[in-house]
Amino acid sequence: MKTDALIARLAENPAAPEQPQTIFAKGVMTGGFVALALTMMALGPRHDILTAVSTWQYWAKFVYPLTLAIAGFLALERLARPGAAPGWRGWAIALPPVLIVLLAANQWMTAPESIHLHLFYGHSWRLCPFLIVLVSAPVFAGTVWALRKLAPTRPVLAGAAAGLFAGAAGAWIYAFSCNESALVFVSVWYTAGIAAMTVLGAATGRWLLRW
Amino acid sequence: MRNPQETAESELKALMLLALNGDGVAYHRLLKALTPHLRGYFSRRLNGAAEAEDLVQETLIAIHTKRASFDPALPFTAWLYAIARYKMIDHFRKAGIRKTLPLEEAETVVADYDSEAAEAARDVGELLQRLPKAKRELLEKVKLEGLSTAEAAAATGLSESAVKVTIHRSLKALTKLIGGQP
Repeated sequence: MKTDALIARLAENPAAPEQPQTIFAKGVMTGGFVALALTMMALGPRHDILTAVSTWQYWAKFVYPLTLAIAGFLALERLARPGAAPGWRGWAIALPPVLIVLLAANQWMTAPESIHLHLFYGHSWRLCPFLIVLVSAPVFAGTVWALRKLAPTRPVLAGAAAGLFAGAAGAWIYAFSCNESALVFVSVWYTAGIAAMTVLGAATGRWLLRW
Repeated sequence: MRNPQETAESELKALMLLALNGDGVAYHRLLKALTPHLRGYFSRRLNGAAEAEDLVQETLIAIHTKRASFDPALPFTAWLYAIARYKMIDHFRKAGIRKTLPLEEAETVVADYDSEAAEAARDVGELLQRLPKAKRELLEKVKLEGLSTAEAAAATGLSESAVKVTIHRSLKALTKLIGGQP
């Protein structure tokens, strides 16, 4: 086809069909709801939820993945647009892990040595990162769906950001079911699950995010 | 005074914003206006005109399907060239061209290559070979190396007027060789 004819045809539909906010909202909400439903059906909410809410460690476990997910999303939103750089948003991602590691180090040092192993391993360290990856999967799928409607020009980096965001969002959802409350545990095994999702996203981004 | 790039940026961006609000005429003008930019970008980096035109079209389609990804807070041309660049890398990848250089550098390596100018230089070189040696050397000195007639006269030992006459006759002979009217 002649270029002029192509231009004439494209010009028939000037307005963008959907705003990026709408696209992201659809993908992320759908993935999030599926992840939450699966978690509640397969794992159920934590049984001691009523007593646990009174401890601040309980809240830290939610705040850590949630702030990480927000930072990841801000970077992701930039990476979905050609010619835009994440800038400070990339650095903001480092903040929540640094904070949780500091809090965990404090817990480790102030706790008696006899419970160190328990703080580190809890009772679910083998399952925790694995379950976080599973819970994150629907969020990751929704995020990739949204990214494919947009235009990431750096697919590996965008894939990593999508994995990080989905991993952190998945960890946050998983926290409603997980009954570990040690900050040391959260800082190690939650981070491991989120990191695994980030690596997975980077590895698959090249293929999943091609346009 | 604003430079041409800034003018292009503000004009294209204004058209883009109108287009995203549903203005089909502005959108048509925008696509028309940025096509020469894309043609220039690709023809400087690819060898064939047909190949470059294919990429121009592919990029136009990408601009259309991905137009929601444009952020009005950012420059339009940065968005445009990021898409063009992505499409070119994608093209190299599909064609199985493996560069040993990172693509960022490969771009600057191929940027200076202008096939049309290179061909023209080769043609002129061939034609010059068909002139007698003395005439050819004089023509090269004055027209290619940029010597003045006085300098050329000093270099060859001819008088200045003889140099002028020889140059004139050589150019006439060259024109004849090309097939034009003297």
